[in-house]
Order: sequence, then C-alpha cells, then structure tokens
Amino acid sequence: MNIWLVLLLGGLITFGMRFSLIYLFGRFEIPQTMRMALHYVPPAVLSAIIFPELFFHANQFDLSLGNTRLLAGLVAILMAWYTKNTLLTIIAGMTALLIFQYL
Amino acid sequence: MSESRKMFLEGVRAEVPLLIGVFPFGMIYGALALNAGLSNSAAQLMSSIVFAGSAQFVTAQLIHEGAPGVVILLTIAVVNLRHMLYSASLAPYLKNLSLRWKVLLSYLLTDEAYAPSIINYEKGGVQPFSHWFLFGAGFALWFIWQMSTALGIFLGAAIPQEWPLDFALPLTFIAMVVPVLKNRPMIAAALSAGFVALLAYGLPFKLGIILAALTGIIAGTVLEGRKSSRGIV
Repeated sequence: MNIWLVLLLGGLITFGMRFSLIYLFGRFEIPQTMRMALHYVPPAVLSAIIFPELFFHANQFDLSLGNTRLLAGLVAILMAWYTKNTLLTIIAGMTALLIFQYL
Repeated sequence: MSESRKMFLEGVRAEVPLLIGVFPFGMIYGALALNAGLSNSAAQLMSSIVFAGSAQFVTAQLIHEGAPGVVILLTIAVVNLRHMLYSASLAPYLKNLSLRWKVLLSYLLTDEAYAPSIINYEKGGVQPFSHWFLFGAGFALWFIWQMSTALGIFLGAAIPQEWPLDFALPLTFIAMVVPVLKNRPMIAAALSAGFVALLAYGLPFKLGIILAALTGIIAGTVLEGRKSSRGIV
C-alpha cells in the first residue's frame, strides 16, 4: 500500500474514533467491558513491539550475552522504572547499547 | 477582551505544562521517522494528518519493519481506540455545538487536550464559550507538535546514518509502558502480549503484533474482571 494512502486512512481512522461518540451522543454508549479493555491497549500493543525488538537478533531468537539490544533494553527498563522519565530512558538505553556494542 | 478569546487563552495556559513534555517527544518522533525510512514530507505530514503521538511512533516502527498497509492501519486503530473514551466523555458537553465545531474539536482531541478540558468542564459545566477552552488547549498542542516535528526532522538529518537510532523507538515504547505497570492486570497484559509476540514472530505480514496485542488486552481485562467480581463476594 502506498505510504500516503496509509497516512490518509490512518488519519481518517484516528479522526473517526475521536469524532464517533461526539457525533453519536445519546444513540450509543461504550459497554463497560470495552471501557475496561481500553486501559490495557497501550501496554499490550507496545509490549508486542518491544519484546521481538529485544529478543530477536537478525531474525533469530537470541538469549545470549552477545545480544546487546536485550541488555541495553534491560538497562532502559530499570531506568524507566526508577525515573519514569522518557528522555532519561532513551539516553540510558542508547548509551548502554553503544557501550555494549563497543565491548 | 472578548469572552471567546479569554476562554481560548485559558485553554492555552492550561496546556503549557503539558507542552513542555510534548516538545522533546515531537522532536524524537521527527528524527526517528526519518531514520525509519519516511521522507521529510511524509514524516511532517503524518504529524498533521494522523496527529496522534503514540500511533505515529508505532507507524514509523512498522514502516521501518516493512509491515503491509493493512496491518499498520489495524494497529493504528487498536492504539487509538482510547480516543473513543475521550469522545464519549466529552460528548455531553459538546452536544449543542454546530457540526463544524464538532469536527474541528474532534480533530484536535488528543490525550493532552482532553485532560485539561475535561477538568475544566467538570469544574465549570457548559458555558456559552467553554468549547473555546478545548479549542485553545487543542490548538496549542497542535502547533507545538508541528513545530517540534519539524525541528526533529531538521536535526535528525544531521545524525550519522550508522548510529543505531532505530533502537530509540523500542526505547521510547519502554519509557511509555514501564510506568503504567502498577498492578497485576497491567503486568499480565504486557507480559502475555510480549510472550505471544515472540511465539508469533514468524507469522506473515507482522500479524503477530495484532494477535499479541489482543491477547494482552484480553488477559488484562479478564484479570481485572475476576478481581472486581471477587471484591463483590
């Protein structure tokens, strides 16, 4: 699919969700279960992207100490846990990756 | 000063502390989108066409991985589902506005515009000009998001290609996920999604991401449901 078509449809989907219930006010309510489920969207989607990025190296599952991205990812997770700061987490992870690659 | 302008500026003012956090985020997005293989104009226009931070990061990552368009769109839909909650929550306050206002405010309805606006509505209720507050907050965010994206694209072009900048995307996601892991359902959602993503890695068209995300969402919801029903007994 053409990148511009993806962006255009992606924009329409996003707008559609924001507009949906403002437009449909009084005609449709979000069910309770779906309300609950929506809280779990961010951790689920993002973890689904993070895990393969860390554990797969050149399309191979790699749990060894030679997997520098996994090690650097663990450093970033610790940083995120203790500081809850986006910028510090990125800096820590990047620095760790550069150091581990150099070693 | 007219009442509408006063409300607009109040919205802008309420948005300022959030903008400080958004600015570096927009710059990171701009730099990463280039690194993920988007052209300058596609990276910049995504910020105005899609205008949703986390969905834009995820889209850049999926384009980088060569995922097909349909999978990218499905993922955007899942990531942005939460906006239906904001839409539902603001709907009663906006019900008397014209369609044009509803369209404009919906386009500007991000996490960061929603937060101060719903607080303002809950405090003051619907006033003749209270939608100008949401407009002010939303527009301030929109403006800063476009500017910071442009600056990120500008600076990103100066970063040497051999730097492992693509790794900053998963790092950004780590920074978003880890702070929300505050209870067992959240942790279960993250871990089960991650585990399924590893198992389903070989699936074609990056469908593993969708499968993994749905698993995580169901795991979290079921666990929370069990906890609350136990609470009643």
